[in-house]
Amino acid sequence: MRFFPIALALTVVAAACSGGGDSATSDSISTSGVDLTGAGATFPQPIYGKWFNDYAVAHGVRINYQSIGSGGGIKQLQEGIVDFGASDSPMTDAEIATAKHGAILHFPTVLGAVVITYNLPNVTTPLRLSGQEIADIFNGTIKKWNDARLAALNPSVKLPADDIIVVHRSDGSGTTYIFTDYLNAASTTWATTAGGPGRGKEVSWKVGLGGKGNEGVAGQVKQTPGSIGYVELAYAKQNGLPAAHVKNKAGEFVEPTIASITAAAEGVMATLGADADYRVSIVNGPGAGAYPISSLTWLLIYQTPPDAAKGKKIVDFMRWMYSTGQQSAASLDYAPLPAAMTQRLTDRLATITLTATR
Amino acid sequence: MTDPAPVAPDLAVTTPPEDLTTLEGKSVGDLVYRMLTTGFAVAIPVLLALITFEVVAAAWPAFRRFGFGFLTSGVWDPVREQFGAAPMIYGTVVSSVLALIIATPFALGVAIYLSEFSPRWLRQPVSFLVDLLAAIPSVVYGLWGIFVLLPILREKVMPFLATTLGLGRTPFFSGPAYGYSMLGAAMILAIMILPYISAVSREVLMAVPRSQREAALAMGATKWEMIRDAVIPYARSGILGGVILGLARALGETMAVTMLIGNRHEISASLFAPGYTLASVIANEFAEATNELHTAALMACGAVLLIVTLVVNAIARWLVWSVAREPKT
Repeated sequence: MRFFPIALALTVVAAACSGGGDSATSDSISTSGVDLTGAGATFPQPIYGKWFNDYAVAHGVRINYQSIGSGGGIKQLQEGIVDFGASDSPMTDAEIATAKHGAILHFPTVLGAVVITYNLPNVTTPLRLSGQEIADIFNGTIKKWNDARLAALNPSVKLPADDIIVVHRSDGSGTTYIFTDYLNAASTTWATTAGGPGRGKEVSWKVGLGGKGNEGVAGQVKQTPGSIGYVELAYAKQNGLPAAHVKNKAGEFVEPTIASITAAAEGVMATLGADADYRVSIVNGPGAGAYPISSLTWLLIYQTPPDAAKGKKIVDFMRWMYSTGQQSAASLDYAPLPAAMTQRLTDRLATITLTATR
Repeated sequence: MTDPAPVAPDLAVTTPPEDLTTLEGKSVGDLVYRMLTTGFAVAIPVLLALITFEVVAAAWPAFRRFGFGFLTSGVWDPVREQFGAAPMIYGTVVSSVLALIIATPFALGVAIYLSEFSPRWLRQPVSFLVDLLAAIPSVVYGLWGIFVLLPILREKVMPFLATTLGLGRTPFFSGPAYGYSMLGAAMILAIMILPYISAVSREVLMAVPRSQREAALAMGATKWEMIRDAVIPYARSGILGGVILGLARALGETMAVTMLIGNRHEISASLFAPGYTLASVIANEFAEATNELHTAALMACGAVLLIVTLVVNAIARWLVWSVAREPKT
């Protein structure tokens, strides 16, 4: 019986698996009172979790959210498996067209941002970068830290003569989408370079190492002197990572903060018409003090929810989220929407049709 | 001690006594028992066939679009919908084989020590601890790799290999040492598969009949000669079976490798360079792949992994078979 330890390990694993199964069943029993289910983006999961919890306590409506990724959320909403979806990148017209229950509306919930973080042990003042330089670093054109163009942006910093080691996400992610969306907008060469990475949740990087998840990228940057990478703001803040100040459209070098990210949405808000569908990108937006690598994240709802009673519950939650909910966003390092935008979005909730078609 | 070796065709007695067939059908209990076991035995191949069918069906759009080029192209560009798996196939095979090369001597050393030299009181605890390596979750290996193994590789091992030993002049150990590399992935895989190889080898070595050892000693062999000439050859096919088990484990390992290999779609001769594996790319991209062709390409990676595993296993089995056929010394 010398296989005993392995056999034991297997038994433990099997028990753990069946245990998982059991808890799933007991979950579904204990949450038989679940009123709404949603699925999608992982990026806003912490704040959604807090909202759904707070809302359940305050109004007794239970919402079960599965952060399976934007792609999965869109798929499940298209097939009508969940009552609402959530995504970090807007759905395309083609994706909306294949949805089972007709038109899908995008409702922004909070703002996120992508932070450029780096590992330069002897550099203490925050690095200053602009879109074109970031693009050239992530394209492999700028190879050394003491490159003349980086030195010109950082006159007061003594940059080392080391190689730049680029770290990017290896998994498909909304963070990569926002980052490449920004480079597309802020660099003249990113989009036009033949065979260049382009824009997407997962692109073909020309240089660098891939890390899985924010923790993977942050781990690699922390461990590798001379490296540069991108992570989402909340993750960078909570882990005390250095964040580069990025040049915005107005020519200012802006530190990523809650205020500067909300400012980015304000700048774009001014350009939106009353009939906007909010599938807008706010990267490299206009406005003073706006952090340029900012983005909205959306809840996706059918314009005519197949179940009107559930539809009403979603709309009620959204009203709460646009008033009470917004106030708790900053506590989890998400930037709240500008007040003018929440007002208009609350009005927009009225366009959801709540008369049942079945 | 009497446990049959798991993968040792020459050790397992398989021919049933002739008269067993005449008893068949005499009792309902036997019939039910027989049907039940047959059902279980058939269920597994059927399940495998179903999985294969599903994977290939889901992968079909990618195979139709790229054909054979899917296996030879190194371009993986979801934005432009160009997919090729060559770097991943290369990475999967190289990291696994490298892991095997690193792990096998250690695993055999452990097994030989435990079966031949170790005092009784030490054998159980050491066996237990080695086996316990198999119970550590893959993600824990990955984290340990990031925080402990890679810094050592980057700061000590890689400069030693490249500069001190002068291997940096060969293409295999050249280039910058990030830590995240094929070598890093292979090392973590080696640690992960070691318990499988050593556990099987240990059992097989212990199953070598006492008479075999005594005969060798009686011929005047030293202990080392006895192990080399009488014990190991006897257990050879079983040990190879353990190695195959380790290889299969290495080919499919996902999490720890993804965390350490650097996830770069590139074939590089240097072991210091980052790479990619088939399992890693699926783990990385499947959750956010919305586009049909992207999903199909990932499924195609799954299908290719299945084929690679099958081919490697077939080669390994052939090796076992040809070794087992050789006369025992």
